[in-house]
Amino acid sequence: MSEKAKEHRYESGLAVVQSGKVSDPGIEPHRVRMTDKSEKLERTANRQVAALFIASAVGSAFSIFAYFAFPITSDLGTVRSNTLWLGFGITLGLLGIGIGAVHWAKTLMPDAEVYEPRHQSRSSEENRAAAIEIIKLADQESGFTRRKLIRRSLYTALAMFPLPAIFFFGGLGPNPADTLRHTMWRKGTRLAKDPYGTPIKASEVTEGSVFHVIPEGLQDLTDTKLEEKAKAAVLLVRVDPSVLKPIAGRENWSYDGIVAYSKICTHVGCPVALYEQQTHHLLCPCHQSTFDLTDGCKVLFGPASRPLPQLPITVDAEGYLIAQSDFHEPVGPSFWDRSAN
Amino acid sequence: MANQATAKKPGFLAERANFLDERVGVAGILKEFGRKIFPDHWSFMLGEVAMYSFLVLLISGTFLTFFFQPAMTDVIYNGVYGPLKGAEMSIAYKSTLDISFEVRGGLLMRQVHHWSALLFVASAGLHMLRVFFTGAFRKPREINWVVGFLLFVMGMAGGFTGYSLPDDLLSGNGLRIIDGMIKGVPVIGAYVSSLLFGGQFPGHAIVARLYSLHIMIVPALIIVLLAVHLFMVVIHKHTHYSGAGKKDNNVVGYPLAPVYVAKAGGFFFIVFGVIMLISATFTINPVWNYGGYDPSPVSAGTQPDWYIGWLDGALRLAPSHLEAGWFGFSWSWNILLPLIISLVFLFVVGAYPFLEKWVTGDEREHHVLDRPRNAPVRTAIGAAGVTFYAVLWAGASTDLIATNFKMSLNTVLTFMQISLIVLPIVAFWATKRTALSLQRKDREIALHGRETGRIVRMPHGEYIEVHEPVDKYELYKLTAFESFAPTLARPNEDGKITVKARMRAALSKFYFEDRVTPATQLEIDASHGHHDEQKAIEAKPAKKVATKKPAAKKSAAKPAAKKTASKTATKSAKAPAKKPAAKKAAPKK
Amino acid sequence: MKNKRRSPFAAALVIVAGLIISGGSYAAANAVVKHSNTSQAVTQSQLEEGKQLFLANCASCHGKNGVGTSAAPTLIGVGAASADFQVSSGRMPAQADGPQMQVKPVQFTREQIDAIAAYVGSLGTGPAIPSADMTAANGDAVRGGELFRINCAMCHNAVGAGGALTEGKYAPALKNIPNTRIYEAMLTGPQNMPVFNDANITPTDKKDIITYLKYLDENPSAGGYELAGLGPVAEGLFIWIIGLGLIIGFTVWLGAKSN
Repeated sequence: MSEKAKEHRYESGLAVVQSGKVSDPGIEPHRVRMTDKSEKLERTANRQVAALFIASAVGSAFSIFAYFAFPITSDLGTVRSNTLWLGFGITLGLLGIGIGAVHWAKTLMPDAEVYEPRHQSRSSEENRAAAIEIIKLADQESGFTRRKLIRRSLYTALAMFPLPAIFFFGGLGPNPADTLRHTMWRKGTRLAKDPYGTPIKASEVTEGSVFHVIPEGLQDLTDTKLEEKAKAAVLLVRVDPSVLKPIAGRENWSYDGIVAYSKICTHVGCPVALYEQQTHHLLCPCHQSTFDLTDGCKVLFGPASRPLPQLPITVDAEGYLIAQSDFHEPVGPSFWDRSAN
Repeated sequence: MANQATAKKPGFLAERANFLDERVGVAGILKEFGRKIFPDHWSFMLGEVAMYSFLVLLISGTFLTFFFQPAMTDVIYNGVYGPLKGAEMSIAYKSTLDISFEVRGGLLMRQVHHWSALLFVASAGLHMLRVFFTGAFRKPREINWVVGFLLFVMGMAGGFTGYSLPDDLLSGNGLRIIDGMIKGVPVIGAYVSSLLFGGQFPGHAIVARLYSLHIMIVPALIIVLLAVHLFMVVIHKHTHYSGAGKKDNNVVGYPLAPVYVAKAGGFFFIVFGVIMLISATFTINPVWNYGGYDPSPVSAGTQPDWYIGWLDGALRLAPSHLEAGWFGFSWSWNILLPLIISLVFLFVVGAYPFLEKWVTGDEREHHVLDRPRNAPVRTAIGAAGVTFYAVLWAGASTDLIATNFKMSLNTVLTFMQISLIVLPIVAFWATKRTALSLQRKDREIALHGRETGRIVRMPHGEYIEVHEPVDKYELYKLTAFESFAPTLARPNEDGKITVKARMRAALSKFYFEDRVTPATQLEIDASHGHHDEQKAIEAKPAKKVATKKPAAKKSAAKPAAKKTASKTATKSAKAPAKKPAAKKAAPKK
Repeated sequence: MKNKRRSPFAAALVIVAGLIISGGSYAAANAVVKHSNTSQAVTQSQLEEGKQLFLANCASCHGKNGVGTSAAPTLIGVGAASADFQVSSGRMPAQADGPQMQVKPVQFTREQIDAIAAYVGSLGTGPAIPSADMTAANGDAVRGGELFRINCAMCHNAVGAGGALTEGKYAPALKNIPNTRIYEAMLTGPQNMPVFNDANITPTDKKDIITYLKYLDENPSAGGYELAGLGPVAEGLFIWIIGLGLIIGFTVWLGAKSN
């Protein structure tokens, strides 16, 4: 070894080697158990262990009985009793064996501590030398070190062989492309009640109420229903128009104090569904991000950063609330090139 | 069991044993391992709890796979649970309901599976803490610490993939959070999410994919790691607590057969029995209450299972407005920061043995455990780590803390944010001080004996409290440790003091600046002159024992101890302990 | 001295007994907490009594004739349903200022509450107390569950265990709440709870929701005892404290030397 290792030479490192330590008096003497002293107690323990094992057998038998005695019907109470009694029987079956075995070991098997030697993990010097010899021999015989060309080409091959897997995994899903940027909302899509899709009239949205909204037609989708819902869910609220703080460029996005905001949290995407009608705060129950509905859903508290995207709305000729367009920004959690284009 | 070919006709078992031995040589294996010694201590069973919980997971999980269908195709529920009849749901959710309500014992098995999952990770965590605080990770067990650490991580992975399978509202929102976190990863986030979910969230693929991971890859890895873990335990033999007769070159305890076969074997049934009892009586994850997954609704109290809680807490505790828009891209620091902190925390946990070994430079093998107080800084680091983890964990239930203790949600969260930084420091300091105090107390007891509460008046009028010397076994336990001293940054062969050397010096100072050295025999003997005087005064009225001054320092401790023992009859249990112990500990005379 | 290891059996017996007893009392409690009320025709004497009670107990904050003061909002147009909800749940009369009104012991008799509600209802046009027929729990629990999860569960939790709101406010638990009160809460939106008018959640929908909640009240979990419906956090605490506690108890017994 080099000079460098010199400082580390002490095997004990920074441990202070103390002289005159208290000497080890050896294993504490064994204390005789009651079951070893008294034959009566030994017999008792013997019976206890047997009783536990018998209790276990009874428990197991009971659980088989319970399997038939407590069948499941359409009444949910039967599920409860089935679970309970089957479970009790098995519990007794298991604990009887377990406690019995341990009790046996503790009271009737030898309880004097014994010891055996322990050896260092390090191999003996001969074995180490022999191992090195084997490696050297293998190297010599194969020419691993000598044959550079073979060695390097093998490295290349080994480095290359897992690469196809990466491309295989590429087939797990499509390129997200711009799916994250668009939702089902279009100009003129009616706002409808979640989950049944009844369109909502502006007059129905009274102050203080909150509507959980989906785009009309979503309920009729089949394959992509949940994917669209995961982006398009909206919260609809009417507040006194005077408390709404104006936001430049969004003056006509609301209708008579009715505002619609994306329900998908800009943090990690939970539904921000808790609306407090007096404070006009929206709260996400997953991570407690709080948004101010009257101020463009700015973040007041919690780990979110961005305001909830607003859906521009208006009413159609029949008085139903409709979207003016899709959201003007991607909804939900941030992603890398979210602000591109 | 036997292998003999005696004159008698061999019994049934003997015949089978012979059959096996002639084919695989079991006798040799039995000879090698049959009487292996295992030390006995309750805290050594924690790892076994984890292993047995895992076995229960395999048993109950296999049962569940017979009925569970990991498909996300929509179906109409027409089972027995009234409040969902006619509802649209995925096949995965429907089959979970069917297991619960239409398979006899199905709900019991679901609950067994889920409860044992919680217990598996909990007991593994507790086992890790035991290993950490007793220094069982020291050479030669560093690799096994890493293996155990990976087992813990795989336990979390197994738990999470399982949590997501029923496709109910709770687990669906959990996946939604995962999706949001993945999307926040720079550059690749949106692509990875699309790959994982097979397109847009939630898609129709995720449950089946997680199912493959949950029932194949994750358990396979756990089994392999567990095998390695146990293999190394056999190689190293189990550690034992410090005490008389326990050395680095022996192992003291009970033989595998019969004592440990009975104890450990029985313990499997106990663990299984406790899980079964809990599962029979307490509901866990009542999926029928949550309904099938739908991206619009959410339930108050949407939390992950406990072992993921600390990660959820980390997300919650991130301050507002961290997201940055550098160079026209989204840097979701509100996600990345918690993620990085969690990963760093995990890394430190996994790498700790190597860090400590680098500081101490201790190349010896250690098989005798440290008492936590005898490694004050390690114990304090552990306490700080536990506190850090606990605050993150509590952070995941800010809402429940707020409602149950009638506090403001916002106050609780802000308090947690502060606690995350302050409490670990407080815990570190308090633990280190406590450990040092306990060490001083031990030293005090070793030198002067235990306080007995008996006050005697000396002939010259002074009142003193009588101290009773501890017996030699106790004395050894109190003094059997090493103290470490800080090192200086020394120049290397080029005469330069490297940054590494400086760091090591600084760390060694951090670790060992405050230390208590164990009492040596010399110190103990020196202090006994004083005690014998007391002893004698005390003893005089009771018995006519001569007040002999210690003639030779070496023998001073013994007579004193003897006197005490004979006098305090109530301590008779310790009285026979006066004879030098036989190594093989024969029954006491 | 003696180590009669009978404790496991004893423990099991105690557990069984405990479970049976607590199960029984739970069912009994379920049966007791049930009463309904109907909207009666308002009489003049009732209005008069209501007015007197209002002046004595409410007017100091809500103002004479319920016009409101700086301390409390106007009650004109809140309807009898709102007054009935607030007073019969014990939230009103309010005691202390706080993030939200606390439930306290009810201060008035049923007749007095009806009188106050009738009076407040007469102050303007607002929702009336729903009839017994409207609040009967005989609707469609499937629809009710679905609507409950979409409109209510985010605050009140999927099984109505309650949840936290901002700044110390909270959504109360919904276990064993009288049907009428559930209906009134949806209709009037007390405090920070949003209003769910009949256009948003139709009277039939409201009935369905009540039906679902009553189903939850009346049907204990099929899996055994529920940990307050609080979900994974309660489960985690349970396994750490009870589960691991029990097992550590066993390990200590296992590792201890027998006498």
